Amino acid sequence: MNRENLNIAFVFIGLILLQIMILNNINFLGYINPFFYIVFIFYYSVKKLDSAFLLLSFLLGLAIDFFSNSGGINAAATLFIAYIRIPVIKSVLGKTELEFNNFSFRKLKFNKTISIIAILTFVHHFIVFGLEYLKFDSIQLIVTKTFLTSIFTIILILISFILFSKKNAS
Amino acid sequence: MQQLISFIFKNKHFLFFLLLELFAVYFTIQSHSYHRSKFVNSANFITGGIYKRINNFKEYIRLKEENNRLAEENVYLKNLLDKEKMKGTLNGLALIDTTGSNQKYFYISSKIINNEYNRSNNYITINSGSNKGITLDLGVINSKGIIGITKSVSNNYATVLSVLNINSKINIKLLRSNYFGSLSWNAKDYQMVQFLDLPVQANIKIGDTVITGGRSTIFPEGIPVGTIKNFNIINNNYEYVNIDLFNDMSDIGYVEVIKNFDREEIKELEEKTTNE
Repeated sequence: MNRENLNIAFVFIGLILLQIMILNNINFLGYINPFFYIVFIFYYSVKKLDSAFLLLSFLLGLAIDFFSNSGGINAAATLFIAYIRIPVIKSVLGKTELEFNNFSFRKLKFNKTISIIAILTFVHHFIVFGLEYLKFDSIQLIVTKTFLTSIFTIILILISFILFSKKNAS
Repeated sequence: MQQLISFIFKNKHFLFFLLLELFAVYFTIQSHSYHRSKFVNSANFITGGIYKRINNFKEYIRLKEENNRLAEENVYLKNLLDKEKMKGTLNGLALIDTTGSNQKYFYISSKIINNEYNRSNNYITINSGSNKGITLDLGVINSKGIIGITKSVSNNYATVLSVLNINSKINIKLLRSNYFGSLSWNAKDYQMVQFLDLPVQANIKIGDTVITGGRSTIFPEGIPVGTIKNFNIINNNYEYVNIDLFNDMSDIGYVEVIKNFDREEIKELEEKTTNE
C-alpha cells in the first residue's frame, strides 16, 4: 500500500514536470500542445470513487494552472473527468456494476479502451478550451482546438499504455 | 437533522466534487477579470524557480541571436547619442546634466523565463520582481517593440500580461499622424494584433508604422508596435485593422521594464481633477 502511494506521488510530480517542461512547448502547427498529464486519471487504480482521487486530480490540474497562469481551468476539467470516470467506464462496457478488484485497462478490448480514453479526453479538452475562451462566438475555435489537441493527447496516452504494458509483461 | 446528516454522508463524494469544482471555477473567473490580482499565477517561488531553471538550459541555444540583437541595439543607441550631441553643438548650447532632476523613465533590465503565445490569455514570466523595484502596471518592451504590462509581482518574479492576451488594451497611435486608438488581440494569430477605435479620417495605408500613444502613464510615447498589414472599411468605419507586430512574440528573450517617475504625480493630479 505504501509503495503504491509512493508510486502515485512519483507519477504525479513526473507528469507535472513533463507537461510544463516539454509538452507545453511543443506548439505543433503553431498552437497544439497535448495535455498528456491527464493520463493520471487512467493510471490511478479504478476503485470505488474516493475523495483522495478527486483531491489529487484537482491538485494536479491546479499545479498545471499555476505554471500556465490559467486560473482554475485545468483543475476544473481534470476534476470533472475524475468524477465521471467510473460512470463513463460503466456505460462504455455496458455494465451496471464493476468488479473493482480486478479491473484493469489492459484486460479490456482495445476498442473499448480507446473509447473510454477518447470520451474522457474530449470532455477534458472541451472544458479547458471552453473556459479559456468563455465566449459563445468563439465556439468554432474551441471545437477545432478541442478536436486537434485531443487527437494528439489520445495518441500520446495510447503510446504510454503500450510502453507501460510491455514493460510489465517482460 | 438526521436526514440531513445521512444525505451529506451518502453524497459526500458528490459534495466534495462540487466544492472543489466551485473553487476551480472561482479561480478561472478571477483570472478572466483584469483588475483583480490573481491567486493562481506563475510569479511565485516554486513556479518561478522551476521556470528559471528550465530557461537556463534554453538560453545557451539562443545566445548568438541575443548577441546580435544587443549589438544592433547598441548601434542604434550610439547613433541616437551622436544625434543628440549634434543638436547640442549646433544650437551652441552646452549639454545639460539631467541626472536626478528631469529623468522621466527608468528602465529595469530583465529576462523572460517563460513565454506563452498559443492561448487566448497569454502571460509571460520574468525574473525580476519587487526586489528590483517592479510594481503592478509597468510597461514591458524590448529593442523591437512592446511586449506587455506587468500584472502580478512577487519578490523575485513577475508575470506580464502579454499583448497577445484578449484582456490586453494599450493606447497606440500612427507614426505619421496623431490619430490614436487601442491595441487589442483577437486570439487568432500570434503575429497579428488589432487596432481598435481608429477613426476613418486617419486614412491609413498598408505598411504604416504604429507606435505607442503615450496617453497613459504605462508606456512612453513612440515605442514601436508594428506595421499595418491589412484593413477593411465598412459604412465609413474601419471594420478591422490588422497590425503585423515588429516583435516575433514566440522568440523573445531579454526585456526592459519601464518605470515612470512622474506616474504618482500624474495619478494624483488626475484623481484630484475627477474628485472636483
